[in-house]
Amino acid sequence: MTNSIDDLEKAGCILVIGSNTTEGHPIVGLRIKRAVMKNDCKLIVAEPRHIRLCYYADQWIRHRPGTDVALLNGMMNVILAEGLADEEFIRERTEGFEEFRKVVEQYTPERAAEICGVEAEEIRRAARTFAGAPSAAIVYAMGITQHTTGVDNVLSLANLAMLTGNLGKEGAGVNPLRGQNNVQGACDMGALPNVLTGYQPVSDPQAREKFEKAWRVDYLPGNPGLTIMEMVDAALRGEVRVLYIMGENPLLSDPDIRHLREALEKVDFLVVQDIFLTETARYADVVLPAASFAEKEGTFTNTDRRVQRVRKAVEPPGEAREDSWIIAQVASRLGYDMGDVSAPAVMEEIASLTPSYAGISYRRLEELGELRWPCPSPDHPGTPILHVDKFTRGKGKFSPVEYKTPAEEPDSEYPLVLTTGRLLTHYHTGSMTRRVKPLDELVPENRAWINPADAERLGVAADQEVAVESRRGAIKVKARITEKVPPGVVFIPFHFGESPANALTNPALDPVAKIPEYKVAAVRIVTGKAMEGLEYVTA
Amino acid sequence: MEQVRLNIDGVDVVTTPDRTILEAAREAGIRIPSLCYDRRMEPYGACRICIVEVEGARGLLPACATRVTDGMVVRTDTEELRRIRRTIIELLLSDHPRDCMTCESAGNCELQDLAYEYGVKETRFPGEEHHYEVLADNPLIERDYDKCVLCGRCIRICREVQGVGVYDFVNRGFEAVPGTPYNRPLTETPCEFCGQCVSTCPTGAIISIPSKGKGRPWQVEKVRTTCPYCGCGCQIDLHVRDGEIIEVSSPVMVGPGEGNLCVKGRYGYSFVHHPDRLTTPLIRKDGELVPATWEEALGMVADRISKALDDKGPDAVAFLSSARCTNEENYLLQKLARAVVGTNNVDHCARL
Repeated sequence: MTNSIDDLEKAGCILVIGSNTTEGHPIVGLRIKRAVMKNDCKLIVAEPRHIRLCYYADQWIRHRPGTDVALLNGMMNVILAEGLADEEFIRERTEGFEEFRKVVEQYTPERAAEICGVEAEEIRRAARTFAGAPSAAIVYAMGITQHTTGVDNVLSLANLAMLTGNLGKEGAGVNPLRGQNNVQGACDMGALPNVLTGYQPVSDPQAREKFEKAWRVDYLPGNPGLTIMEMVDAALRGEVRVLYIMGENPLLSDPDIRHLREALEKVDFLVVQDIFLTETARYADVVLPAASFAEKEGTFTNTDRRVQRVRKAVEPPGEAREDSWIIAQVASRLGYDMGDVSAPAVMEEIASLTPSYAGISYRRLEELGELRWPCPSPDHPGTPILHVDKFTRGKGKFSPVEYKTPAEEPDSEYPLVLTTGRLLTHYHTGSMTRRVKPLDELVPENRAWINPADAERLGVAADQEVAVESRRGAIKVKARITEKVPPGVVFIPFHFGESPANALTNPALDPVAKIPEYKVAAVRIVTGKAMEGLEYVTA
Repeated sequence: MEQVRLNIDGVDVVTTPDRTILEAAREAGIRIPSLCYDRRMEPYGACRICIVEVEGARGLLPACATRVTDGMVVRTDTEELRRIRRTIIELLLSDHPRDCMTCESAGNCELQDLAYEYGVKETRFPGEEHHYEVLADNPLIERDYDKCVLCGRCIRICREVQGVGVYDFVNRGFEAVPGTPYNRPLTETPCEFCGQCVSTCPTGAIISIPSKGKGRPWQVEKVRTTCPYCGCGCQIDLHVRDGEIIEVSSPVMVGPGEGNLCVKGRYGYSFVHHPDRLTTPLIRKDGELVPATWEEALGMVADRISKALDDKGPDAVAFLSSARCTNEENYLLQKLARAVVGTNNVDHCARL
């Protein structure tokens, strides 16, 4: 997030797009609700599903899944046409405006409305509300990014924020909500194929040299490695022989799990280090038992870049050990001594190599409770708002973005759009929450959400078991008939191994971010006798 | 903001005009007792426990709902105030079970604390008492309105903080009690099971079912940590008794949640002690995963990585790090990939 969770309450307008905030990020949802209830903030929800935030919204735009760029371009077209842009901000702080303008001018609200399946007037109203607010914040999550146009979607949001001068100030910003406790931190720590810690590119010889010296090695590779989806393909081609998975369950979380299962079977050697024998771990050659969050010291970095402590409360069960110990043991057996891997010592090493974490230490965290990066020196208070005087690259760059259709659109064979997501009660692949008895009792099984019109046409009743089938596979799941999904759209949560939504999802990737298109896949619903002939995927 | 000077119990206090007497006193280290007050909500002024004397004011004023003004002279602990507070406590206890021995909230009960502080053992006002049915209509939250003091905190936190509004007072007069629409079970209301009502209830009227009978506040050690679920980063206290996490709470006005949690953060902890937890390394032998020693397992991992390195080079090895693990562990895993194995094939589920 460019701004902080607390800062959302200062916004005059909040655009929530592609985020079911009250379920995916309940505490951020709470702040948004409070901004509306207490501060008269105008909330715009742009979302195909009817989510709880719609009850608090000034306006709900129910655009078709995968049409975000058209919607945003339409809004920006109105902002330009009606003279609502922040011209000073554009002049002083940005570049590339003219090329951007040329593209946006093509997206009249009427044209955008046609693509999105909404009224042009809705787009005009949203544009006026957003641009008219003294400060306007954008909040988004995987509904924006998990598309083959994920990067285009994010660039469009950045365009909107720059066009209206909503960056580098309170109550504004472009605010992605990170879906996992430490996904921000894992990225910051260089658990990515193209960057070292703090996003220092592996292709930068100076960065490599710094790390080579600190790590006492002669050579670090400069070619970017494989992303998770590329690893799967490389494994299938026999190029990746050993796959070492720490604390992830891709068999439920990756798209097209049948394809992934083949890859897991194909690799010569699979190591899984986890707290449970997950669906993925069942395919492992070696399983290493790890300590849970309550059994170790460390830090997590949350969605608004806050580094906070994790503290040991109980002992790990049996012979389970901390991940840091396990990693150091593997390293030492490969001839490398990692030295002191206690959490404070490792943070010292991180700080010494990572400019944005340079001022972070356990001593300071004990004292202050939290520090937000960039925190470049031991006396720096941390940074609640990014890009205040300038952007990281200097000027903010407008990107001309054209609308592109999703990789797989509904057709006569697979006439419905599948979109996936989370429920409030469960978490990701369910390996934790489904082992918490009261939570599993509250929501014990999966449902495919189907609009009443589609249900009637297909002759599906509430709680009836149906098959949902895509080009990748089929699952059996009970139906929930609800107007919370629009006609033509089916929503299936991905927490449930017995009816895994990701058996159906499309592994098509965004060309830059390599993120799969979880939010749009073409499916059909099969009922009755025809269900018998199908082969069902379970995780 | 302009400054206001006032005097509380002989202490000169400097604060800002947006403060209430209660807030100004607490900031100055002067404790005024309260019952219906919770910093997370707007002042309500219902219980009258926090009444104070203000020179020149007509009558006694609720400290929680009275803003400070310049030159104010406040007394918080006079004989008169103590007498009135004692009477309020007696009235509350006249319709309250005396079952502190077994009450889940003993030791964490604001009414018990008040009775203790004011030495109220018996009530002078015996009379009719309520005997409601205990409501355990869901797996998480139990309501026993015999213990309700009608402070309205559950109603207000659900409405003001959570923005949901599951509860309101139903009935009138002596029969008034918090309830759901048509007294439906919580599972049939929009309840999100965040447990904010549990966290604010000053007595044992609303409690968490999974923690029932598991331990007293003085038997647990609280360990402050960060919630392991989504990216909000709420601060939580794990309540640990004899090596077991028996409850989770969140410190008020600390961290992103400011003391509020969601259903996962507050109730999603027992997986830590689940019998499915892996307790020993496993190695595949004859197609089956069987228990092994660390020595065997780690040796095998190192051997197979070495072999792949020898056969095909470093890029034949790939690592998936974890958005669930700590910064330090992620750092070490990418270091293992880059410095030890020599590949940039390291990623995690940021995209998934």
